[in-house]
Amino acid sequence: MVTRSLRVIESHGRVYRRTWRGSVISTFLNPVLFLLAMGVGLGQLVDERTGSATLDLEYLTFLAPGLLAATAMQTGAGDAAYPVMAGIKWRKTYQATLATPIGVPQLVAGHLGWVAVRLTFVTVVYALIMSAFGATTVLEGLLAVPPAVLTGVAFSGLVMAYTAQLKSEQGLAALFRFVVLPLFLFSGTFFPIDQLPDYLEPVAYVIPLFHGVELCRGLALGTEWVVNPVISLTYLIALVGLGYVLATRLMTRRLVQ
Amino acid sequence: MPEQLVEAKELTKVFDDLVAVDGIDFEVRSGEAFGFLGPNGAGKSSTMKMIGAVSPATGGRLRVLGLDPEDEGAHIRARLGVVPQEDNLDLELSVYENLFIYGRYFGLSRSVIDERIADLLEFAQLEERRHSRVEPLSGGMKRRLTIARGLINRPTLLLLDEPTTGLDPQARHLLWDRLYRLKQEGVTLIITTHYMDEAEQLCDRLVIMDKGRIAAEGSPRELIERYSSREVLELRFPVGTQEDNAARLDGLGEKIEVLPDRVLVYTENADGILGKVIADGIHPESTVSRRATLEDVFLRLTGRRLID
Repeated sequence: MVTRSLRVIESHGRVYRRTWRGSVISTFLNPVLFLLAMGVGLGQLVDERTGSATLDLEYLTFLAPGLLAATAMQTGAGDAAYPVMAGIKWRKTYQATLATPIGVPQLVAGHLGWVAVRLTFVTVVYALIMSAFGATTVLEGLLAVPPAVLTGVAFSGLVMAYTAQLKSEQGLAALFRFVVLPLFLFSGTFFPIDQLPDYLEPVAYVIPLFHGVELCRGLALGTEWVVNPVISLTYLIALVGLGYVLATRLMTRRLVQ
Repeated sequence: MPEQLVEAKELTKVFDDLVAVDGIDFEVRSGEAFGFLGPNGAGKSSTMKMIGAVSPATGGRLRVLGLDPEDEGAHIRARLGVVPQEDNLDLELSVYENLFIYGRYFGLSRSVIDERIADLLEFAQLEERRHSRVEPLSGGMKRRLTIARGLINRPTLLLLDEPTTGLDPQARHLLWDRLYRLKQEGVTLIITTHYMDEAEQLCDRLVIMDKGRIAAEGSPRELIERYSSREVLELRFPVGTQEDNAARLDGLGEKIEVLPDRVLVYTENADGILGKVIADGIHPESTVSRRATLEDVFLRLTGRRLID
């Protein structure tokens, strides 16, 4: 199981060696643009008013670790959307893989393993850019990397399961519009969730990204925990397991007929 | 090594409410080229997927290389080569990388893979394309690469699903030549096709499938002898006159088959029958005298043509 999953990771790596140019620009540009617009631009306004006092931090500093988690979520979800659809339907490369000793469980585990590798790269770059902006120190930024990777992998497994049962890619556009984007905006990334209307606050506690943001921010900045971090960590790890199980089951239904 | 590489008894595959394979029996012997011939939807590809241990059988018994695909799929797949109907190469990667990744899936070491890739590129006549991306390659080249990929693990049994569909005649002949070489090297081949000439060229033995069942089994020659005559005379008549003319042919040859566009007369001597037709004052627009083929066998067995 493990060696075969590693071979799937290796093959993703080979493909990435060919295709990294497409994604590397956004890996570097994305944090620069977001930190500049939201952290520095908007942050100045926030800090001039009462924001800084409420947060007890500069807005840029408050924002950066959360943004790291949110970006990991987006990347993890993205890697499990169109590329997985291509493997199943457009290019049928999964069919080719499954004609070898590799089975669906190893295909899914290898995919998640690869997402973890790629997310590590993406978030380390992000953390370094954060520190270049003066949002955090290098060490603080790097402390937020493991929970961010975990958040991204958890989403990737769930999105892979979702993609596995889609007939067409329209469902993917809907996923990003109606799930990923709202989560990105309302999971405590840009403002603490106690700013949400009271009736929405409990909803946030169910959202995986909220726990990812909490862990990243708590580890990087040492801020007070809103939720016990052990609960957040357990929740995210459980979601990785759930994503793996669901994705394996739905991929089997789709590909092994 | 069992003499029978594949054994199927009452093998059945049902999708929801569609019976794709309806209780078929067959066996594939070591070293032979075995064919499944039939029109689209006959159940050939479903059968191939079950043999390839990627699709579980709904019923019946199946043994591949002496193993049960249900419990030992990975062990079976480790010794199979699979060439699917649609090329599923990684188009973004190079020819070399496609072979390399596949070799890794089989757990081969880098040095073994590199050695084999050199041989396979020669076999597939793709040496000069080693570092080309796959996307711009021609259909024939992609097909040959897919076959080369299927050989990276030195399979005991190679499964080819419609290997030459969509290729131009030149590319087909080149491919046939490669497959013939493999057979001579002792690789057992299982081929599905809806092309008669392909089945006649490549297969030692074949089954004709129709609607999920096996309609006949034997070598191409046997099947033609059993279900057809030695020769066939094809007659075309001017539009609108075929029916009347066909009625006048009654009694000629062993059997007469009226198709929408022409009339076939099965006979031991096509030219002799043609002489009689003309002597009877029947004037076809054009005629062809030819040897019987598997297409005639299929028509005889099912009353339908293979490709509509």
